[in-house]
Amino acid sequence: MDQNILRIGCAAGFSGDRTDAAAPVVQALIAAGGPAFLIFETLAERTLALAQLARRADPEAGYEPLLPDLLRPVLADCLAHGVRIVSNFGAANPAGAARRIHALARELGLPAPRIAIVEGDDVSGPGHRPLLQAALGPALDGLDLVSANAYQGAEAIADALLAGADIVVCGRVADPSLAVGPALAHFGWARDDWTRLARATMAGHLLECGTQVTGGYYADPGYKDVPGMASLGYPIAEIDADGHCTITKPAGTGGRIDAHTVKEQLLYEVHDPAAYLTPDVVADITEAEVQELGPDRVRLSGVRGHARPATLKVNVCHATGWLAEGEISYAGARAEGRARLAAQVLRERLAGLGPLRADLIGVSSVFADDGGQWLDSLSDSGARDVRLRVAMNHRERSSAERLAREVTALYTCGPAGGGGVRTALRQRLGTVSCVLAREQAPTSFRFIEVAA
Amino acid sequence: MNTVTVPLYRAAHGRTGDKGNRSNISVIAWHPALWPLLLEQVTEAAVAAQFAHRQPARVTRHVLPRLQAMNFVLDEVLDGGVNDALNLDSHGKALSFLLLELPIQVPPALLPLLAGPPLEPPH
Repeated sequence: MDQNILRIGCAAGFSGDRTDAAAPVVQALIAAGGPAFLIFETLAERTLALAQLARRADPEAGYEPLLPDLLRPVLADCLAHGVRIVSNFGAANPAGAARRIHALARELGLPAPRIAIVEGDDVSGPGHRPLLQAALGPALDGLDLVSANAYQGAEAIADALLAGADIVVCGRVADPSLAVGPALAHFGWARDDWTRLARATMAGHLLECGTQVTGGYYADPGYKDVPGMASLGYPIAEIDADGHCTITKPAGTGGRIDAHTVKEQLLYEVHDPAAYLTPDVVADITEAEVQELGPDRVRLSGVRGHARPATLKVNVCHATGWLAEGEISYAGARAEGRARLAAQVLRERLAGLGPLRADLIGVSSVFADDGGQWLDSLSDSGARDVRLRVAMNHRERSSAERLAREVTALYTCGPAGGGGVRTALRQRLGTVSCVLAREQAPTSFRFIEVAA
Repeated sequence: MNTVTVPLYRAAHGRTGDKGNRSNISVIAWHPALWPLLLEQVTEAAVAAQFAHRQPARVTRHVLPRLQAMNFVLDEVLDGGVNDALNLDSHGKALSFLLLELPIQVPPALLPLLAGPPLEPPH
């Protein structure tokens, strides 16, 4: 085994990812030998606000609901073979997540793991309100605040690992920091070694969406073919002491890693490639190169780094009202014309409640603008199987509910042959962003001991 | 020499990402020899025109010659983004496919480098 190569496998790219992902990754890490970590990324922009709402309803909730399903298949092997786990699955309640992992270890008859939680991201409490007020100004007034979280970096993760944690549970940390923390701890880089931090950051960036680098979200039959989509392998980054990485996946799994899958993921959610900002570093990929080393092995090089931003990004989520949606299908002769008439009926019935979006699923339902300019520009295409979908936002629940009633009423009051009405009502969350100085949202770790 | 008009997806592939009300779409050459065509034809103006109905406040092109890739950033193109848009695809995940329908002109010598079957022309 090569002690100079650090392997980091990623077994989740979002909350709701496949729960059978981790086992092949852990088996591959164990087979490779050498130092290894397993990360799970489960926290999209709005996931944390939903977790905060869950915690309000149940003080022990608010962490990733699939946490036991993600860990149960691999926890014993990880602990037995020293594969340490780092994740943001703590969401709005890292301590609750840690207690749940202790309970899971007990259920499985395992020795108690050393579990650290990373804190400091939650800035929604009253103590932080004046800071948010100063940062956001009048934009904060009148907001029904649900969550406020600073994106923390890798340092507290590294510190927790250096203190002996088997598992590090975070809330909001920047996604790539889940990989940078283990690299920092393992290689002992200086915390201002911007070049190496940037390289590890881009390794984390390639890992953070799970199979999006191994052929997931890439396949397009006859154009971009990917084998084994039902059993995609999740990615493993082999990181060297300089931070360069090679992306690979467990043997025998489906998917594809080549220069093209890696380039697509490298640029995913990047804005200025000269300045990819994280709390750890400013990464620059303008000179980056990818090289195919062999089947399902691609090396990334040429990443450069600059000093980290002085401030931390904060996302503030707030309740904004309700999203109402309704659908009804039309099929057969003149179906599109009947669906268009139904949309017109709904516009008249719901006039005054705010903008109503109408889509003709099967004709145009995604590329169009909310204002309807695109759809209006298309003449009746003669489609014979069309599902009308309408959507509306409203601050008041009772007004939003009117959309559902009007769509349902199309059964008897609408055009001929409409069927399959479905309606949905969901609470909406808005986001505003600001920055805080690092000292206004300090981060740290602590161990959560097993309950007596 | 007569050029041939093909949709951009024959010469490049891409993926969309989103943050807030901002979309980024990568355009990655299928072959290094196709890169100069992309640089010349897949401009900020061409992309802005392709997305005119979504009324982007600004379209910015970043180029990465070593990857033969470019990254387009489209501001305020998501009708408010994942939290506000009424679009079924509030992330704008499908928007790379709209961009990749942009027609481009390819000289005959480069036609063998194009990817994929020659599917139906864009409507």
